[in-house]
Parts: sequence; structure tokens; C-alpha cells
Amino acid sequence: MDKTVPNLATAVAGIEDGMVVMVGGFGGSGAPIELIHALIDRFKATGSPKNLTIVNNNAGNGRIGIAAMIDAGMVAKMICSFPRSADPRAFTEKYLAGEIGLELVPQGTLAERIRAAGAGIPAFYTPASYGTDVAKGKPVAEFDGKHYVQERWLKADVAILKAELADTLGNLTYRKAARNFSPLMAAAAAKTIVQATRIVQPGEIDPEHVVTPGIFVDAIVEVSDPKQEEALMREGVAYS
Amino acid sequence: MSQKLSNAQIAWRAAQDIEDGAYVNLGIGFPEMVAKFQPPGKQAIFHTENGVLNFSEAPAAGEEDWDLINAGKKAITLRPGAAFFHHADSFGMVRGGHLDVAILGTYEVAENGDLANWSTGPKGVPAVGGAMDLVHGAKRVAVITDHVTKDGKPKLVKRCSLPLTGVGCVTRVYTSLAVLDIEDERFVLREKLPSMSVEELQAVTGAELVLPDQIGDLVAPEL
Repeated sequence: MDKTVPNLATAVAGIEDGMVVMVGGFGGSGAPIELIHALIDRFKATGSPKNLTIVNNNAGNGRIGIAAMIDAGMVAKMICSFPRSADPRAFTEKYLAGEIGLELVPQGTLAERIRAAGAGIPAFYTPASYGTDVAKGKPVAEFDGKHYVQERWLKADVAILKAELADTLGNLTYRKAARNFSPLMAAAAAKTIVQATRIVQPGEIDPEHVVTPGIFVDAIVEVSDPKQEEALMREGVAYS
Repeated sequence: MSQKLSNAQIAWRAAQDIEDGAYVNLGIGFPEMVAKFQPPGKQAIFHTENGVLNFSEAPAAGEEDWDLINAGKKAITLRPGAAFFHHADSFGMVRGGHLDVAILGTYEVAENGDLANWSTGPKGVPAVGGAMDLVHGAKRVAVITDHVTKDGKPKLVKRCSLPLTGVGCVTRVYTSLAVLDIEDERFVLREKLPSMSVEELQAVTGAELVLPDQIGDLVAPEL
């Protein structure tokens, strides 16, 4: 078995209109910029994929990555905890104009909803948001004298992620704090597509060091010199 | 009114109560300053939501590694003994009761421990981040804040008027004028500026202060 695909365009070819797409990363740390930009290239060339629901902690920064997807008009809705950034224009303009939807989810609840989906747990209870506007309409229950809010799993059609090392079976390692949501998203998506800085043969990653086991990964593409969102921001790069 | 503490001095005061070896989360912005004022011989281990334990201050300009950031998206460095983990583990540390202290900023804090620090109303783009998770689970949830708003209105109130972050969650409040505990749904005054009378402090506080026999002096060094 070899999950390697030859290039970015092939990697994102199966992402279709209306899909729920999880995008790894927290701010620029772990953001799969090259996969996102490959998706934008396809949209510009073919008009598809559009009407996407994007799941990420944030809603893009500047004119690159998720912000560039929003600018391009590919995104119908964001599911995130913090749609602000150093330069949140892309989301803010569309949100205030009523052109993009927002489901605001507390950050720990977002992580746990994604984890639950990957683990086959349809709902769970959390103390976060009890008694606040965010909990309105959600079931509440008392356990051992404290109140908790019921939250549901969050699944996706596709996850696009950035890893440091991948072997051809899809076992992954991440760089520093760049893993954040990615191991959770890998398990929660029906199809998980990964850009890795280096693809190696099975056995070259010590099993003790594997963070995401290959069972959660479907396609891997090598991007040997990945751009970092924060670095691109500072260079003033715009992709939209 | 008497001279109030600066933000740095409020952060310094909060830092004095953090025990050696405590696991601590500092909210983004003003609370991050607390890390600078740890007393000699006391070394807290700082947690950040995006999956790092035991980080330290920012690297020199030009030395940043943007895969190594804190929840405020600022570049950080690691101390020996640091650890990385994914977001579900990170918030498991939060909700699971594993943090000793969380220190947050606020718009309002009420005598019943309610906190409002994420939204000033329906205008603009709402954003909550990790605040609604952080207020649950840490053994102590402390707030650092100016005692009053820029318009001079009390930030310590009977009931919050802004959208809540959490219900009954705050245990201690460090302000520019005083240190207070929240006990049995009341503000208990622990320390105040020595130059200020209890009556003056009560006049700028939106809920009744409980006055124990011993009220300490709130004194911070020039910073």
C-alpha cells in the first residue's frame, strides 16, 4: 500500500461543492497553506469547489490561506472559536455583509466535538458555556451537583492537514506546536489529505514517535519547503 | 482618588500568589504579563491552549519559529522539560481540573463569581476562543483588571450586564485598587491601597464589600 499522490492538484481533486472541510492549524502554526492554495487554484480554474463549510480555530489572516478562500468566494460558512486575527478583513467584511455564516464554538468544545466524531461518540457533556448565550437551545444536565451542556460530534467530509514526516502508510509526525487540531481532524474526516515536508518509507518513523497513525490518513503529498502563514503575512503576500 | 496600580503592578501582585511548580494558564493580552513577575525561587509551568506546557518568553526579533506560538499567536520559546500535545488533551488539562491557576482579564466580574470577558454586545464579529473552557476546571480562577472602566464605572458589580463567559467561576480578583476573594457570592476585601479608605473603595465598587477583621495593604514595587 502506498498513500502517496503525485502532486497537490491530485491531492485536492476529490473535494466537491458543499463539503465540510476541516483545515488543520492554529493561526499559522500547522496551516496547510499549499493544500489550501491548490484548492483555490482549482476554484479559480473551474468554479469549484464552492459553498464549503470550513472548520478551523480561526477564520483566516491577511490575504492567504483560509482568508484567501473566503476572499475568493468559496466559503459559505465558518465553524470556529475565534474569527479574529492580526488582519481579519476577509472574514469580517463578508460576515458584516451577511455573505458568510458563522457557528461560534468555544475552543475546547470545538476540539472535543472533533475528537468525539473521530472516536464514534455522538454527543458528550461539557461545563464550558453553561449559563451563557452560546449554550442557548442545547440540552443541559446535572452530574454530581454541577451543570453541563450537551454538545454533538463534528464530522467532516475532508480534512486537509500539514505534517512534518509521513511514511507511505500515512503515519505522521508534526513539528513543534503545529499539531494542535490536526490529529483530531485526521480521525474525524471521511477523507484525510496530508501535505508532509518529507515522505519516508515504512519503518523510517519510529513507531514510538508516530503521533497520527496511518489508519486515519488517506492521501499524502510531499511539499518539501512548506510556507509558513505568519512568514507570508510578514512578506505581504496576497493569494486572493 | 489615590494613586492606582499600573497594569504591570497588578500583574506583579497576582504573580506573588503563584506557588512554585504550579501549572498556570494566562489569558491572552494583559494576563500574559504575569509571567514576567514570578518571585525568585518560584517557577510556574505555563500552559497554552494550542498544546504547549512549560514555555517561556518570546525569542529575539528575527529568531521566531512560527510553528512555536502561544494562544495569542505570539512566538514563544521552550524551557527544558517542555511538552507538546494536541488540542483535545490541552483542553482535557483545562476542564479535567489539572491546572492550578487560570488568570484572565475581564469586562465585568460579579459578586456571585460570574465573569463577562468575551463580548461587549451584539455588534461586530463575535469571538470566544478558549475563555468559556478556561473558567471551568482550574483550581483557582483569578481575574486581573482595572477596578473601574475607562469611563469610571465599576467593573466589580452585583450582576453582570454583558454576555457571560461563565457562571460562578471566579475565585479571586486583583484590581488596580484592591485584592478580593469571592466567597459565598460576596466580594471579601483582602487588601486595599493603604492610601485609600474603605469608603472610597466602596464608592467605586458596584457591589457591597465584606470587611474581615484583617485587611492587608496592597503594595507593589515601582515597575
